[in-house]
Amino acid sequence: MIEIKDLHANVAGTEILKGIDLTVNPGEVHAIMGPNGSGKSTLAQVLAGHPNYEVTRGSVTYEGKDVLEMEPEERACEGIFLAFQYPIEIHGISNAYFLRAAVNSVRKHQGLEEYDTLEFLDVLDEKLKAIGWDDSLMNRPVNQGFSGGEKKRNEILQMAVLNPKLAILDETDSGLDIDALKTVAEAVNKLRTKDNSTILVTHYQRLLTYIEPDFVHVLANGRIVKSGGKELALELEARGYDWIKTDMAAAV
Amino acid sequence: MSQTAAERFLEQYRTFESNGAGQSPEWIKKLRADAVRRFEETGFPTTRDEEWRFTSVKPIFEKEFALTGQPDREFDDNFIDPNAFRVAVINGKFSSENSVLEGLPEGVTVMSLAHASASHPDLVSRYLGKQAATGGNAFSSLSSAFLRDGVFVHVAAGVEVGKPIEILFAAVEEGVVEHPRVLVVAEPNARLQLVENFVGDEGSRYLRNCVSEIFVEEGAGVELCRLQRESKSAYHTATTHVKQERSSKFDATLVVLGSLIARHDLTYVLDGEGAEGTLRGLYLLDGKQHVDHNTVIDHAMPNCQSKEFLNGVLDGESHAVFTGRIVVREDAQKTDSKQSNNNVLLSESARVDSQPQLEIYADDVRCTHGATLGPLNEDSVLYLRTRGISEVEARRMLTYGFGVEIIDAIGIDGVRESLNQMVRDRLLVEV
Repeated sequence: MIEIKDLHANVAGTEILKGIDLTVNPGEVHAIMGPNGSGKSTLAQVLAGHPNYEVTRGSVTYEGKDVLEMEPEERACEGIFLAFQYPIEIHGISNAYFLRAAVNSVRKHQGLEEYDTLEFLDVLDEKLKAIGWDDSLMNRPVNQGFSGGEKKRNEILQMAVLNPKLAILDETDSGLDIDALKTVAEAVNKLRTKDNSTILVTHYQRLLTYIEPDFVHVLANGRIVKSGGKELALELEARGYDWIKTDMAAAV
Repeated sequence: MSQTAAERFLEQYRTFESNGAGQSPEWIKKLRADAVRRFEETGFPTTRDEEWRFTSVKPIFEKEFALTGQPDREFDDNFIDPNAFRVAVINGKFSSENSVLEGLPEGVTVMSLAHASASHPDLVSRYLGKQAATGGNAFSSLSSAFLRDGVFVHVAAGVEVGKPIEILFAAVEEGVVEHPRVLVVAEPNARLQLVENFVGDEGSRYLRNCVSEIFVEEGAGVELCRLQRESKSAYHTATTHVKQERSSKFDATLVVLGSLIARHDLTYVLDGEGAEGTLRGLYLLDGKQHVDHNTVIDHAMPNCQSKEFLNGVLDGESHAVFTGRIVVREDAQKTDSKQSNNNVLLSESARVDSQPQLEIYADDVRCTHGATLGPLNEDSVLYLRTRGISEVEARRMLTYGFGVEIIDAIGIDGVRESLNQMVRDRLLVEV
């Protein structure tokens, strides 16, 4: 699905990613964990194409294509989705309108006919049913005045409607209480198939109780310093991140 | 230059006073004479006047304007609200034949201001010109000097009008100056929704100089939607005076799409405890349009709230001016006042001069204000792009959202829906 090789990236002249290697295959869920400032969110933003991050070295190949050459909208149209840690408020634009515009952009890219309003409402209805949510957020302006939990739910709703092949969830668990976390996690699980992949960026293990990863990677100081199965997350939960830093220091 | 223009208007006034205006009641004649005296003293403003620094009225007076247009002008039905009571103002005069007022509830009076001045002199004289005389400028003085007709709306205490009342100010003829006047009185606990809709024929050059005085008495609630769609070769000068008594609510939305040069002076006097005043505005400008909003929110009494949000989208070489004064008088403790003026510039040649001014004489108040101008928020653009939306479309959508946010707050359904479509066509549809 996606192959990241020796990825280096700067923001405002400071190197944040210092050589990331990661391969994600179809159907897999990878968790990227790490202490604050380790570069987790930067990795997510770089994959989505944020213009403030400058890639200085390495490659990202997605379904055989060079992602780094693609505009953010092209990446989205090709099936890469980033759920933002801090979703943006868009004034005056209803969620329904925004979602239809997004879906139609993707459909146009795929050579499919665009949905009219009624067709879209049917599709939306179906997606909402699939994840078991109501349409209460649809007629409100995008994220405006939403609670933290509603914003995160709205990201997952967009993901459900856009049906990406690769979803990157950036700290989707942050700021959620346990009920909201369960709701979001259940929706993500329902959207899992053998063909699509997920990268979960998270600081805490608690999300991984509800969304079980196939692989866990620990990011520290811009590099993946340890990889393992889901048991690695439990170990991190029990021991914190310090032992990894100590291990790293010992290795140097 | 401006001296000559002023002289021309004075001469026009003398002809007007000796001819057609003769049948007016004495108190109206006096009101005119007082106004013309004020005008004589001030003349037209120049850019040396602080209040007019960014707006030159010189181009307006390069050619003369005739005081009256053809009496039998064809009337285009340009009403915006399909459900409202209708009032047509043609050549500055109330046109009964083109108005639709059947079914007005008891206690609601909508009639020609000239007729009202003759038939209800005590009532009308209690309000007419009272506000404009004190806080006015040269243009509002001219309006009173040439006062002839307009619209009188009166809602008796406790009465709810039920449907909006829309006043359509029909297109003004090329080369004509019109001084339409509106007087609105909402007695205690009355409810009224009012639409002022100014339209023009594209390409036509004229001057519309309007004054509206709105009295919102104790516990009354008035919503105003003012839509300015003059010809883009025309001039529009306007004064809106709003006086609010205790626990009243006044909520206005201004939408400006037309005119070459426009200047709107708008004053709210929050003159009773617990009054709430809201002003929202949206101007969408292009070409060489110049639009100046000069607002004063005067907190005269304690525990009042005011909110003011003006958004502008500017393209071409257009120029927007906003001067927003908030006065909090010594007695006006616990004032809560918000003001913002945000502008999106779509072209490098567009220009905005935005100046908030706070004058606070009380010590226990909360006042916030802010102004922004520039292109769109890049984080928002990126967010839309990461959902597959092209950069061009993302920018268009954000601009539309920025504008329509003001429109969406309008409480008059028919107007909100029509304006939403208008703003959508202007900002969202692919070019």
